[in-house]
Amino acid sequence: MEFLLEVSLVGLAIGGVYALIAVGYSLVYRTTRVVNFAHGNMMMFGAYFFFTFAALLELHWSISIILTLLCAAFFGAGIERLLIRPMLGRPAISIVMVTVGLASILHGGAQMIWSAEDFFMPQIFPDAPLVFDGMYIPSNTAYGFLVAVSAIIILVLVFRFTRSGIAMRATAGDQIAASTMGINVPSMFSLTWIYASLTSALAGIVVGSITTLNPSMGIIGLSVLAVVILGGLDSIFGAILAGLIVGWIEAVTGFYIGAAFKDVVPFIVLLGILILRPYGLFGTPEIERL
Amino acid sequence: MVALLKVDELSLTFGGIHALDKISLAVETGTITAIIGPNGAGKTSLFNIISGFYKPKHGRIFLDEKDITKSSPPKRASLGLARTFQNIALFRGMTVLDNIKLGNHIHLKSGLIASGLYWGQAQREETALREEIERDIIDFLEIDHIRNVPVAALPYGLQKRVELARALAMRPKLILLDEPVAGMNREETEDMARFILDLREERGITILLVEHDMDVVMDISDYVEVLNFGKKICSGTPNEVRKSEAVVEAYLGQKKPNLVGTI
Repeated sequence: MEFLLEVSLVGLAIGGVYALIAVGYSLVYRTTRVVNFAHGNMMMFGAYFFFTFAALLELHWSISIILTLLCAAFFGAGIERLLIRPMLGRPAISIVMVTVGLASILHGGAQMIWSAEDFFMPQIFPDAPLVFDGMYIPSNTAYGFLVAVSAIIILVLVFRFTRSGIAMRATAGDQIAASTMGINVPSMFSLTWIYASLTSALAGIVVGSITTLNPSMGIIGLSVLAVVILGGLDSIFGAILAGLIVGWIEAVTGFYIGAAFKDVVPFIVLLGILILRPYGLFGTPEIERL
Repeated sequence: MVALLKVDELSLTFGGIHALDKISLAVETGTITAIIGPNGAGKTSLFNIISGFYKPKHGRIFLDEKDITKSSPPKRASLGLARTFQNIALFRGMTVLDNIKLGNHIHLKSGLIASGLYWGQAQREETALREEIERDIIDFLEIDHIRNVPVAALPYGLQKRVELARALAMRPKLILLDEPVAGMNREETEDMARFILDLREERGITILLVEHDMDVVMDISDYVEVLNFGKKICSGTPNEVRKSEAVVEAYLGQKKPNLVGTI
């Protein structure tokens, strides 16, 4: 058991990145009741945006990040305005199918624009691994975790304390009431997609740095969707906690049982928890009155 | 007297059904007007048009002599229109105080960036808002003891009161109340009726309400408008309406011809 702590730390760090991706799913779900199957591929696009600015155009990494976030904001707003808003009022399944279609388009689009090759992200984090008390955590994972945690903290602060954040929470709570209070509900939808796109782009930069960059990296979005369901689709806090749990389980099973089980065990745990709590750890049970 | 709200020949259809058929009415400033009618008469549909959730097929709506027929619900809110809902539409996860503060959302000037830059100003604004809410709303509606309770935990009567509090925080000129005393016991009903009267007396807020409790309607309203099957069948003071043949017919059905002695 001497490595347990070290393995756990790495697992929790990866879990933090999962949490950042997961938060993007639940943001969109809470406000618009759409499960965004394209979220993983939006993340992949975010990573490519950064790659384009930092590696192809050779801009400084800080400028590249700012430009990437700008692009991601327009990207998210554009998707909401052009694809999601015209579908408002349609059955949920139709909107979900739009996001599935969008995922394929983004996947194919990335292959056309950047080719299907693997690329390495330009190194933005320091090379040396972080050492705590003799335990090593790979640099990209550790700093990626810090980025993810800071992004989540900023997001939570925005939600708690800013006027637009509170308006978004109100919109998530009751759209009709929010609209009567003078809140412009459609623009809150746009803002939600913008925030989700920003978190996904940051996550993309981190995931791309930890692994490599290729058009299929969006797949990770689907495993994270499982994380979100575990946390309860509409709970930001649940998404964060579930991200950490899944990251930890993956790392521990990967190390003690074998790498092949790393992708399976978290899903078994997920199934177990969902049998006990069908709405996830912190989801809102839907009560329908007949 | 000036009509604060004027509804002109409003029609609404759902498919082939005429939910509302050329409804016209005027609500004068500083009055309490009630809309009554049997179930399905179109009362809530009319409310939904006035607050902007349904688009009328024909007709126009004026608030303060301004045509608001095409304005969005948030726009109408900023012009001084507030409402409560038949089935209570509170933000269930939030506390009473947070719900009430959200009503004031439209009046907060400092935006996201400004509140970051001018921390002091945003804070002064917040403090002023808090004082106003304390004095004019929480004390007034006697909900001091529940301010930090999540609304989902409150009994129905109190939730209705919180909804009214939130509408008041919007500093409205006109409040639409959709069944303000439905499902309340005697005491809660009397409290609510008193609050509605006080709102008009002390603050000059104009009130348009839909209600089934005839005692309340007849006690507090200045004018009553009666709808049946989407048509306006009568309007006037409570006394005039009470005596109207058409109203009795709508509620109790047509008088059968007297059959006794014909056989």
